[in-house]
Amino acid sequence: MSNINLLIDIVLLTMLVFTTVAIIRLRSLFAIVMLSGVYSLLSANIFVILDAVDVAFTEAAVGAGISTVLMLATIGITGYEQKKRRNHNWIAPLTVVLITGAVLVYGTLDMPAFTNPNDPIHLHVAPRYINDSPTEIGIPNMVTSVLASYRGYDTMGEVIVVFAALIGVLSLLGIREKSSAPLHAEPPARPILQVMAKFMIPYIILFSLYVQFHGDFGPGGGFQAGVIFSVAIILYTLTFSQQDAMALVPPRVLKRFAAIGVLIYGGTGVVSMFKGGNFLDYNVLVDDPLHGQHYGILIIEFGVGLTVACVMMLIFFAFISRGDKNP
Amino acid sequence: MTFIIDALSWVFLMLGCFLGISGAVGIFQFKEFYSRVHAASVTDTLCVFFIMAGLVLQSGFTLVTVKLVLAVALLWFTSPVASHALIHAAYLTGLKPKLTTTRKEAAKRGQS
Amino acid sequence: MFTVTCLAILVVMGIALARAFTGPTVYDRILAVNMFGTKTVLFMAAYGFLTERPEFLDIALVYALINFVGVIAVLKFVERYPPPSAHSDE
Repeated sequence: MSNINLLIDIVLLTMLVFTTVAIIRLRSLFAIVMLSGVYSLLSANIFVILDAVDVAFTEAAVGAGISTVLMLATIGITGYEQKKRRNHNWIAPLTVVLITGAVLVYGTLDMPAFTNPNDPIHLHVAPRYINDSPTEIGIPNMVTSVLASYRGYDTMGEVIVVFAALIGVLSLLGIREKSSAPLHAEPPARPILQVMAKFMIPYIILFSLYVQFHGDFGPGGGFQAGVIFSVAIILYTLTFSQQDAMALVPPRVLKRFAAIGVLIYGGTGVVSMFKGGNFLDYNVLVDDPLHGQHYGILIIEFGVGLTVACVMMLIFFAFISRGDKNP
Repeated sequence: MTFIIDALSWVFLMLGCFLGISGAVGIFQFKEFYSRVHAASVTDTLCVFFIMAGLVLQSGFTLVTVKLVLAVALLWFTSPVASHALIHAAYLTGLKPKLTTTRKEAAKRGQS
Repeated sequence: MFTVTCLAILVVMGIALARAFTGPTVYDRILAVNMFGTKTVLFMAAYGFLTERPEFLDIALVYALINFVGVIAVLKFVERYPPPSAHSDE
């Protein structure tokens, strides 16, 4: 059984190496963007084999979906080709890389072996999470219980980082509403794509809600659900037009909802402080500590999903409204 | 009974793998873009159906079957639309199909 | 039996990758990446059955949706900014 796992691991990692070499050697930026989508897909497969299902979920949704779309919007502005590399000496960089790699490998020789159960990292915090999570928190998915409850403060930092990225993009790029006649003639309406989009969008939104609220029991959670929700609106933007999408979800509403999501997360912490516990201590939210944990996790995951969905949609609008400046 | 289910599921999985590999060989060997799209679409539709049918037979009447059927339905709805959009984009930006063989190629193949 | 299926799907993925590396036109690469995506869906389903943990099917479903949207995005992009020469893109 482990032989076949090893074989699949080797095949996937070999394909990953080939993809990386191709990304470095090719000069057409479009091909590089496509191949980086393939790289994300291969990484998602490797995560599934390593049994990290939540991470594979996020990698598939973000890396192969949103990242590719955003990078395409970027190369619409920069152009298709990479500049020609001047011929220069390759011995010096190769020496630096080899020495750095050798030093790093020498440094890892001291580390304990992979998946050895007597490693220090498996002996301090992990047994407490694994043993006590069913009784203290009581949800089947242990990743969500660690993410949302035991390490809830770190997750709040992650949500604030996403929000800060939104602030950075909006202050640098901004969303240009189309006021006068556009520079490019709008391509004619495509009925097949529009019918298929109208059919798929409700199911994608329903699936994102399923992923959001099912995150306690299976792979999922707020981040993945927010990304999938924004993919539905991206599909609508692509098959109809940008004005239709911005009429449906106006950017000023989205900006406020993104902030409200972060406030929901922080607000839960403040409410638990008012009720007598620590910041983000869900045990004091309702009378029963177990139910308090469930309510707390539900509320903060909702805040996370709201913020991530609004941020992804706004960043997409900012990137594609930029591309019209170049003929 | 389980022997029949197992045998049938073997047959479906092997058919699916055969179709997948033939589609992959096609995408590599055909000399022209539009033929390659046709080869790739074989793997997107029929190969998916046979492999998922083999897996459905293995799992019986559970939630897993519903999810597999849902995945097949999604792929059946979206893959033909994606292939159509691809060919539309390729044709409109100027990539024309090679429809007839030229006289040089016919002579190379030994015909008159 | 799931072993053979997984290996066959990996072979198909490898050949699609070869086409993505070499494809002379832009559209060959898009086709190869689309095919790679649907094979990823199949691989995750078959691998879940190989390791007796079919809970991974949620990821396969998500990827079936996102692959479609990704291909549509790429095609909209190529229509709006066509590559410099439509027959090869290097």
